Amino acid sequence: MKNRGLLRRMVEYKYFYLLVAPMLVYFILFEYVPLYGLMLAFKEFNFAKGITGSEWIGLANFEEIFRLDDFWVAFRNTIIIAFGRLIFEFPVPIIIAMLLNEVRKARMKKFYQVVYTFPHFLSWVIIGGILINFLGTFGVLNQLLELLGFEKVNLLVDPDSFRALIFGSSLWRDMGWGTIIYLAAIAGINPALYEAASIDGANRLKQILHITWPGIAGTVAVLFILNVGAMMSSGGGGFDQIFNLYNPAVYEKADILDTYVYRRTFAVGESFGTSTAVGLLKSVINFALLYTANRAAKRLGQEGIF
Amino acid sequence: MKQRSTVADYFIHAFLMLLAVISISPFYNVIITSFADPAAVNEQSFYLIPTSFDLSSYEMLLKGSYIGYSVMNSLIVTLAGTLVNMLVTTCGAYALSKKGMPGRGVMMSGIIFTMLFSGGLIPFYLTIKNLHMINTYSAMILPVAVSTFFLIVMISQFRTIPRDLEESAKIDGANDIYILFRIVIPIVKPTMAAITLFYAVARWNEWYYAMLFMTETKMYPMQLFLRNMLLDVTKMARDDMGAAMVAQLSQIYPDGLKMASVVLTMTPIMLVYPFLQKHFAAGVTLGAVKE
Repeated sequence: MKNRGLLRRMVEYKYFYLLVAPMLVYFILFEYVPLYGLMLAFKEFNFAKGITGSEWIGLANFEEIFRLDDFWVAFRNTIIIAFGRLIFEFPVPIIIAMLLNEVRKARMKKFYQVVYTFPHFLSWVIIGGILINFLGTFGVLNQLLELLGFEKVNLLVDPDSFRALIFGSSLWRDMGWGTIIYLAAIAGINPALYEAASIDGANRLKQILHITWPGIAGTVAVLFILNVGAMMSSGGGGFDQIFNLYNPAVYEKADILDTYVYRRTFAVGESFGTSTAVGLLKSVINFALLYTANRAAKRLGQEGIF
Repeated sequence: MKQRSTVADYFIHAFLMLLAVISISPFYNVIITSFADPAAVNEQSFYLIPTSFDLSSYEMLLKGSYIGYSVMNSLIVTLAGTLVNMLVTTCGAYALSKKGMPGRGVMMSGIIFTMLFSGGLIPFYLTIKNLHMINTYSAMILPVAVSTFFLIVMISQFRTIPRDLEESAKIDGANDIYILFRIVIPIVKPTMAAITLFYAVARWNEWYYAMLFMTETKMYPMQLFLRNMLLDVTKMARDDMGAAMVAQLSQIYPDGLKMASVVLTMTPIMLVYPFLQKHFAAGVTLGAVKE
């Protein structure tokens, strides 16, 4: 009997079930129970009646949010900022890694790397504080500008420069961390290739273009695809960053779906139903992106994330 | 392959050094501001060289009653949180590294699905609320008990361990849990150390769940305390120090107080950074998958 075999195997693995149990409880409680709550997107939430008891209202929540200008502003910003990150943020660690590879003294290379990577380990709350101190009206930047006779600027409240500030501060925090994976890829290049090239008279630039770059191009391609996939996820989209840097003056340029959902629910007190609907919409787009990106990464012969 | 330094080398160094200065200078500024006497700052149009050393911002900061709670809360959340992280992730990863376990495929798919699709803020908030976790430490620990990325890293680490070791222990009569803690974990110690550090940093940096679920100021961890300081330092000071201190409010140097809070909050990270940077290699595996 097949069943008896299965049962015996399960008994054989009894300790492993015990070991995995807390983790399964975690995933069920904090990942799957909230999924059940997604039905709120199609309901009019009533605190007294709870999620299950609230009344179904079909697509009315979606119709409502589609009528809101603020929603479309956040939607547009989410996409613009996501693409901006791919264009402005993605290439920088690649370039820095290739430059670091040109540093011959191992000690200096390590020094640069350690310095660039440090800010990655600070929360955006801390970085927000640092940036306010640096860029605010009385910050260092303005002290310097004033000293040089220029007019003061406050980048933090200027809608025109705020997106640049988003990309810039992201780079400042994460460029060092981003180089690590490319440096590892470069370390995997056979050093004999460089020797042979220099004997053949290839100069540094040629070596970079014909050895270093092809050596990491595969990694670059896969990371690019994974970045496209993660473009809308909360990590990739940058809730932490934007939430800690933005302010009402720049909502029109900086508000993304995640910050919008948070604000309309907890600061403005809008209905949970419509906020859930916005969240669901984002989750669906995010899912499509991640899924497609991962399939594409696999097609490139890479492992992908899953 | 020894070569002479060329013009290109100088350019590369100049550029990289400039980047290093850009990376560091904001920290320099934060630190000198936190130790500055406001009078000295006002005197100069550009406060670049610290001409004053004044601890009053720190004194003022530590005088408040909330800061003590915040430091304690952060320590509790970081210690307990990292312990929970490591226990749950390690045990789960070990079980999931066993290909023969019935039901493993379903569990893995179930876990991976959560990386792709989530309920979003509102359903999550309601879940925590229904579990009566508001204003408890558990709300800052349990919802982040497992990082799926670290889980996957651990599973692949456990897979590299030769079967024979575990099997011979089993013949000696040891059970699987004993084997995990006594034989398996010691073998993958470096990975464990790296992941422990990364988890600890993440727990110390945790502010989002605190903001969502801690409504009492006494439950605030450092990060949230800092966030409120940055948003409205005078309100924080007024709430915190009570009527007796209001008279002193005019003497507060808001920037100094803010920056002293920043320094205090990032000190633990600075202290562990020397250990963290040894594990950058782990970042190779982890860097590919952005959290």
